[in-house]
Order: sequence, then C-alpha cells, then structure tokens
Amino acid sequence: MVNISKSFGDVKANDKISFSVKYGEIFALLGENGAGKSTLVNMLSGVYSPDIGEIYVHGQKLRLSSPADSIAAGIGMIHQHFKLIEVMTALENIAIGQEHSFILNKKNIRKKIDDICSKYGFKIDPEKLVRDMSVGEKQTVEILKVLYRGADILILDEPTAVLTPQESERLFDILIRMKEQGCSIILITHKLQEVMEISDRVCVLRHGRVIDTVNTKETTPMELTSMMVGKKVTLSIERPPVKSQEVVLEVRNLSLIDREGIKKLDDVSFKVYSGEILGIAGIAGSGQKELCESIQGIERRKRGEIIFKGENIARLTPRAIFEKGLRISFIPEDRLGMGLVPTMSIVDNVILKDYYMQNGIFLDRTVGEKRAEHIIKMLNVQTPDIYHPVNKLSGGNIQKILLGREIDSNPDFLVTAYPTRGLDIGSAHLIYDELNRQKEKGIGILYVGEDLNILLSLCDRIMVMFEGKIIGTVNAEDATKEEIGLMMLGEKATEVLQ
Amino acid sequence: MIKMSARSDCSKREATLIRTLAVVFALVTVSFFIMILGHNPISVYISMMDGAFGTGYRLLETLRKSVPLIITSIGISLAFRLKFWNIGAEGQIMMGAMGAAFIALNFPQLPAIILLPLMAFTAMISGGIWGLIPAYFKARWKTNETIFTLMMNYIALKFITYLQYGPWKDPAALGFPKIPNFSQNAVLPDIFGLHAGWVIAIILVILSHIFINYTQPGYEIEVVGGSENTGRYAGMNVNKIIILTIFASGSICGLSGMIEASGVNRTLSVEITRGVGYTAIITSWLSYLKAPVIPIVCILFASMIQGGTFIQMAFQIPQSAAQILQGAILFFVLGSEFFIRYKISFVKQNIPEA
Amino acid sequence: MDASFFTAAVVAGTPLLYAILGEVITEKAGNLNLGVEGMMLIGAVVGFKVALITQNPWLSLGGAMIAGGIAALIYALLTVSLRANQVVTGLTLTIFGTGFSSFMGKNLMGEVVPDNIKLAFADFPLPLLSHIPVLGQVFFNQGILVYGGYIATILAGLYLYNTQIGLNLRAVGENTAAADAAGIKVSLYKYIHIIIGGVLCGLAGAYLSLVYIPSWQENVTAGRGWIAVALVIFCKWNPYRVLVGAFLFGGLDIIGFRLQKYSFYISQYLIDMLPYLVTIIILIVVSARKSISGLPPANLGDSYFREER
Repeated sequence: MVNISKSFGDVKANDKISFSVKYGEIFALLGENGAGKSTLVNMLSGVYSPDIGEIYVHGQKLRLSSPADSIAAGIGMIHQHFKLIEVMTALENIAIGQEHSFILNKKNIRKKIDDICSKYGFKIDPEKLVRDMSVGEKQTVEILKVLYRGADILILDEPTAVLTPQESERLFDILIRMKEQGCSIILITHKLQEVMEISDRVCVLRHGRVIDTVNTKETTPMELTSMMVGKKVTLSIERPPVKSQEVVLEVRNLSLIDREGIKKLDDVSFKVYSGEILGIAGIAGSGQKELCESIQGIERRKRGEIIFKGENIARLTPRAIFEKGLRISFIPEDRLGMGLVPTMSIVDNVILKDYYMQNGIFLDRTVGEKRAEHIIKMLNVQTPDIYHPVNKLSGGNIQKILLGREIDSNPDFLVTAYPTRGLDIGSAHLIYDELNRQKEKGIGILYVGEDLNILLSLCDRIMVMFEGKIIGTVNAEDATKEEIGLMMLGEKATEVLQ
Repeated sequence: MIKMSARSDCSKREATLIRTLAVVFALVTVSFFIMILGHNPISVYISMMDGAFGTGYRLLETLRKSVPLIITSIGISLAFRLKFWNIGAEGQIMMGAMGAAFIALNFPQLPAIILLPLMAFTAMISGGIWGLIPAYFKARWKTNETIFTLMMNYIALKFITYLQYGPWKDPAALGFPKIPNFSQNAVLPDIFGLHAGWVIAIILVILSHIFINYTQPGYEIEVVGGSENTGRYAGMNVNKIIILTIFASGSICGLSGMIEASGVNRTLSVEITRGVGYTAIITSWLSYLKAPVIPIVCILFASMIQGGTFIQMAFQIPQSAAQILQGAILFFVLGSEFFIRYKISFVKQNIPEA
Repeated sequence: MDASFFTAAVVAGTPLLYAILGEVITEKAGNLNLGVEGMMLIGAVVGFKVALITQNPWLSLGGAMIAGGIAALIYALLTVSLRANQVVTGLTLTIFGTGFSSFMGKNLMGEVVPDNIKLAFADFPLPLLSHIPVLGQVFFNQGILVYGGYIATILAGLYLYNTQIGLNLRAVGENTAAADAAGIKVSLYKYIHIIIGGVLCGLAGAYLSLVYIPSWQENVTAGRGWIAVALVIFCKWNPYRVLVGAFLFGGLDIIGFRLQKYSFYISQYLIDMLPYLVTIIILIVVSARKSISGLPPANLGDSYFREER
C-alpha cells in the first residue's frame, strides 16, 4: 500500500500510509483503537475505497472498488465482527458469493471444504447452523470461507478479541501453519504480547499515520508501546484497595428463562462489597447481559432475590427502585440501542431518568441544560453545543455522555457492560480512572469486560460465567489469564472463593 | 467515479433548497406526462392554481378540503413519531364518522350544544378503539401494525357498506342505499363561511406542537419512538405509551371523520373519507411530522385536489391526476433526502494499469 | 361444498399466488415493498389497456409485467440507491399506483376483455393429471395462467434453495454486510429481485382484470395486494408454502358469494370482511407464537451503505 489516505467527513482516518507485506510472513498492524487500522484494512478488502493512494498486490497495481475485486486479488478478510449468516449452515456460509456454477452442488463444496480442513488441520461440521456455534467455531468458518476462495493474503482484524486464551493459542498454531504454506497474514491488533508472540514484522499506526515498521525480533514491548501511544506512558491501571467489608448488593439464586424457553441465568448467587469492582468474565452470551438487566430491573422474567441495601429489589421495575431512593446506574453494552436515544439532543438524553419527577405535565429542560454542561465539563466531551444530537458525536463522546449521566445521579451501585468498547486508549483510561474514583467513594461496581488483561488489572475479584452459571470467582491479584480462560469454557476452577 | 460519504454539515437552508428542488423536479416530470396526454403542462398547472385559489369560493373549497387532511395528518404523525406505521387512518375516520352518525341519527332533537360535543366524543372513542386494537397487539406481540391497520380499513369499509345497505338505510330514499341526513342540530355551524372544523384544526396544530415539544408524555413518545429499549431502560411503561398514543392518534382521525360527516356531508356514506386517510400519510411525511409544517403542506395538497377537479372540467384530465402528482412529489422528496444525508463528490478515476 | 368451490378457490387464489411469490422474492433480497397493491393495480390497468388496443393476450400480459417491473424499479431506485425509507416508499407506490390506475382506467369503465383473449386464458384439462379423482378437477382443469402459477412456484423454490444465485440472494436479505463482504453485488441483486417481484405483481394484477373479472372495474384489487403482503408472513418466506396460503385465501375470497347460493342468511358485506379478518388473525397468531423458524430475513427493511460507520 502506497500513500493511502481516507477521510470520513472531516476526520482523517488514514493519512499517507505505506507498507508492504512479504510472502509467507505474519505482519502485524499495531495501534490503539481509533488509530486507523480497521479503516486501512477495510480498504484492502474493498469495503471502503481510498481517497488517494495505490494498492499493489503481487506486483500489480489494483483498484479495489468492491469486496469482489479484493477477493479476486486473493485477499481474504476475517472481520472482527463476523460476517456470517446465523440461520445458514457452515457449508452455505462458505459457499456464499460464488457464481461459478448455477446449481448449488453441495457434494462438491463439501469435498473442497474437507480438503482445506485436512490441509490446515481444521475441524468443522459443515451441516451445523452458525446460530448453534461457539465463537471459536464461527471464526473457523470465517477462515474457511476465505481459504475456500483461494485467498493467499489473509487479514485478521482483532481475531482474539472474543476468544479465550486457549482458543487464541489454537488460532495461532493454525496461522503459523498457513504461513508455512506460503500465505501472507496481516494481523491487526492492539495487544502487544500477541505481536511479540507470533508476528515477523510489525507496523505501528497512530492517529492515522505510520509511525514505523520494525522487525519483531529487534524490538521490545516498551518500544512498541511508546510508538503506539506517542509518549512514554505507563499503561497500568491503578487498583485502590477495597476498604470495607460491607455488602452493597447480594444476588441469591437468580434464574432466568427467556421467551424462547432458554435458560439464560441458572441459579446465580454472589455478593458485591462497597468500594469493590467485581469483574465478570465469560464468552459472549454467557448471561452477562441478562444479569445486568436483571439487577437494573428491566428484565422482568427472573426468579430469585436481589438484595440491595437490605431490600429485595428483584420484583421492582427500574422506576420503582428509583423511587425508593435506591440509585442503580447502568451502562449497557449497546449504548445507542439502550441507554441513549440516538436522535435526541444531549440535554434530552441527560434528563431521561428523572424527567418524570417534575411536577405537572410540562417538561422543564433548564435542569437538564445545567447538568449537560456539567457533564461536558467534567468528562471533557467534544460537542458543538448541548442541543447536539448524540448520534452525531464520536463513540468516545457518546460513551462519556452516558457515563456522565449515570455517575452524576450519585449512584450507590454501578453496573457497566463493556464501557470502553471501541474507545481509544485515552478515553478508555479516562473511564477506568472515573470508575476507580467512584469505587473510592464506596460504590459497588459490577464490571462486565472482555479483555482479560483489563479485567485482571482493574477489578478486585473476577467472577466467570458460562452458560448462565457462575463457574467460579477468583481474586484478580493472584489469578492468571489461562486459569480464567479455562473457566470461561466451563471448566471448574480448583480455587473458588465465595 | 462517484463517491458518497455521510454528511452532517447540511444547513437548514440547504435542506429546504434541496426539498424545494425535489418538488420542482416532480412537477417537471409530471409535465412530461401531461405533454404525452397532449396538453400544455404550463397551462394545466396554471389552471390548477386558478381552480384552487382563483375565486373566493374556490379558495374556500380548497380550505374545506384541507381541514380533514390537517386533522388526520396531526393524528397520523403522532403514531409515526412512535415509528408505529399507522396506515389505518382511513378506517379510523370511517369509524369516527360512524360513531358521530350513531349519535346524530338516534338523538336528532338534542340541542346542538350538547349533540355536537357528544358526537365528537363518540367519534373520538370509536376512532380511538379502531387504532387501539392493532396497537394492543403491537405492544403485546409486536404484531405487524402496517398490515393490521390496513386490514382494519377494509373491515371498516365493509361495515359502513353493511350499515348503508342494511340497518341504517334511509326508508325515505325509495330503495336508494343511503343513510338519512343529519338533523340541523347535528351540523357544525359555519364560522366565516367555513364549517367550524377549521378552528378545531388550528387548535389541534397548536396543541400537538406544545404536546410533543414541551410536555412529559410528548417526551416519552419521542424516547420510545427513538429507541424502545432505552424507554424500557429509563423505566417507562413502553406498552402503555404505545397503546395510549395510538388511541390518541386514532381518536384524532375519528374526530376528523365526525367533522366531515357533520360539517360537509351531513350524513354518513362509504365515500366519507375520499382517500384522506392515505393522502394524510403523504402529507405527514412531507411535513417531517412537525405540527407547524402540516397545515402548509396540507393546504398545498388540498389545492392540488381542488385544482384536480377543476382541470377535469377544463381539460378532461381525470381528477386522479392530482393523486399521481402527489405521489410523484413524495417520490422525489423521498429521493432528495439522500442528498441531504450524504455528500456526493466526483473523484477522478484511478485507472488500473494492467 | 362441492368440488366446484375448490376449483373456484384455485382461480381466486392465483392472483394472490403471483403477488405473494413476487413479494417473497423481494423480501428475500431484504426489501419490504408495501407497494404490492399499487403494482398490481398498475399491472391490471396496463394489461387491460394493451388488451383493448392489441387484442393480443400475450402482449397484454407482457405489458402488465413490464409496467409492474417499472413501478418496482422506481421503488428500487429510491430504496436501494437513494436509501429512502422502505415503508414510506412502498406506501407511496401504492398511493401512486392507485391514482395511476384510476387515471388510466377512467375511460375503460364498462369495457370488456376481447373474446380471443378470454379464449386464450380459458380452462383446458391437462392430459393424465386431470383424470385424478377430485384433485384433477380442482387443480388440473384450469386456465394456462393457473398452471403458470404452479410452475412459477416450483421454479422460485428451486431457485431459492438449489441454486448458487438463490443462496447469494438469501445471504443478501439475511446479512447484507456479510453478503457484500463475500463479494456479492448487493445492489444488483436487490434491483433484479425487486423488479422480478414487481413483474409478478403486475402479472397478478393483469390476471384480475383480464381473467378473473374480466372487464374493467375501478380498484379491482380490493386489498388483495395487502393480503399478499400479510400472507408472506403466513407462508414463512417459503415459496412452496405460498401455494397453501394463496388457495386458502382464494377460498375465503369467494366464500361469501357461495354462501348466498345456499341462502345462508348473513349480509354479504359482513361475510366480505372474512379475508381481512382472517389475515389479522393470522398476523396475530404468527406473532404470538414463540418460534425461531419462519423468521423474516434478518436485514429486512434496512438500507445498506457500505461505508456507514
């Protein structure tokens, strides 16, 4: 890639980026969230087209104006968010997009899949519906899909983000095998240790620019970090000690069966102490969302008890909890789908939870205006004005509005689900710091996370969920990633605290 | 090569310009159509304007046609704000008119001051119930409201037909299938030459603007319409909000039915709506669901309808030409939204060197 | 009830069959086209007009299909290329189509379909098949367009489930971004299948005006287009199930008329409500059932813009 630039509106996502990848190597693109990695590879895969710049593949200058062009050039992209069709089988997903034959010849396709599987050592049931697959299996289907098309340049966008450490290891084995077969692999990541472990060369991006491309063997994590962030920073997250032994919230025998009759929560019991951050780890869909929504009161179908400051709130609606003077703040995972109204202004979003406490039928926005200004100042939100619609703000600023509103209500308990997802390192750390500040005020915090490193350094204890059950709880100080990874796959840990 | 990207910098003036251009393009496109029919489009448009505004009587007729359109658009836009695609206004108007007629035919001797409010009340209840039924199932099971409300239109139509040809048939009409005329007490009085419905329309426009922007229930509708999950998250009773809002939407449409039956037709018939329920969908959308804009768009549309009847006489162009024109305008405005949301730029093509 | 009732039900169900098939194919591409009623009306009036002018059955059908296709093209242009709201665009198409057909049909009132065209679409027994007891009379002693409906259903089923293009099409409706990433030309697929949908709706309309009625009547569709949209849900987006849905509703359509013959005393106007009522009941039942099969294409109704962030 030579001199690639791409802007979205006024934002320059990529600015004059150049790099080259050799045959049979694993090339890492390292950079924090928002550095422009995804934009860059999306241009390689034809999803975006560059404003200026040229792309050469196998020595030929190409114009990749659509994914079809990119596939034809032998480039295979494994997206961070899988591009799979849930209601179709693995085989159908793999066969999508082919137009060589008119009739869908499943026998031939299956044979070809079997060949690829035995060549690289995959295991997959072609007739299994994607809906019923684990995250690891889904990723395998994604990889098979690009290999099936004969790709020899593979791009993997944050492939380990959703995997357990064990699954990641297995993936790396396969990548090395592919490399040995002559494939070029571009690995996009923000995790240093992955870069050190598997890549041959690494290119560091920051603010849409290439900082440097170096051989992995000749660099150190420290050096890469400073290139990534731009200044020498310690990326450690503080963990103030837990001072009290007072229980703020206790969950007893919580179970939940959803509309389809599937058990989402299975006899969950735990306690959260005041001034503690309790982390929740688990592969996606293990019941984290349902647990959060049960505590907050949105989820109504649950059985069991939730004792909060001595009262059982399991039967109460969010508003009833609020009216009892109990403040539970909740930062849900899909911030524009729940928690905020995307088309409404900052002010209108800020008054969401207590507008109805006003007297009379009319709505007074002056309180909201003051509070919006306060939040903007407190968390340094970038916005033209307080009546700007939230969906026109950047991801980090949207999250700050949500966090700001939730913290501003002086909560006694804070539930957060993936609060830093998609944010750049600066914003993420601002949010970690804010969580710690709340913790020191004595608030109990439930933190649902996906990055085990963050969980291990931010939380006091980590509870691991699997298929709606709590597999175990570990002390963050002396737990290891591998240990948690095993528990995420449902294996009972030896050391269980309660 | 054409490049598109999302834009957020479109000023209000630019947006208005783009939308106005869209209307102009629609008029130009329909001109070609008129030319194919062998008429001069400019003189057709001029005589349409003449037909709609040319004399005091014609202007009054245009306004008379715009009243039900305005009221129904206010009702529909309330539902659309919730992203509840209520296309059942047609049925809600009919049922409203039916409710009003029930009172008018059974208590013709009541003094107007009691009879008219009672008719309005019954109309609003029956129109509201006609909206409430699909709303209940939408809230309960997410039943598709578009088709549901539409089917309710046909059921209402068949029901009125049944009344007109059966139990409510006027025995004095010598076998002609017609419902008896209302008594004089059941007819809306005129104010400045036009039945009092126009005053109700103005009041409704103002009230609905205040309701949506400055009241708590209005805010709740905006939240639930923007994101149902967020409404639930904030502790709102989303189902109750849906059901009540659609009831209100249906009642307003029902009221429009009462006004038509009482102020214009002075009876109930299957032709009571004259397609207002469908036209109002277009007008509410073109007004961006904003109450202050609704009267402007509706008067414009009413002028097309009124002008349409005029050109039918002058040029023998069927009246439904107005409907085609309305459809074309909405098509173009819908398409023009794209140019407000996205920026189109032309980029010099990179030609691949093989 | 005798066999003739079922024979008539098949006839009444055939326009529904074409319209539902058209909408199934459109929705498989992820587009909800509420313009079915409008496209049917356009097809009906154009088919009728061409029939009067040319006296040729096949040109009339062709004209209706092209007209339906053009109407669908307008919808595709707005929703696919210009990303307009699908619900509103479809509604507008219906309003536009209603106006168009009443405009064009103004001078057609009372006109009758030419005899040679009636003859071309007349019933004829299929060899062998028509000798099957009862079924033969009901299904295989019909007009050519009814047989065409059977064939269209089977072709649509094979196309969707047994061809590579069909698989790609389903991918577009289920997950547009995934289909795009797999190199499928999403816009092209959407355009083609929306137009195919319009062509079938145009044919459905022409069947009403040329064969079913067969003279000009304002608003010949009487809500059948809307019932077709609802029946897509009932048929779970599966072409083979369309046969069941269409003929079931064909039966409901004519039941009022039949019941009168048996001097069954209920007002005809109330019995006429039946198809609409049953449609509502089906909508409710389908939505209340907690099933994970027979769900709509996951990306139905969404606009797709590749560079959206």
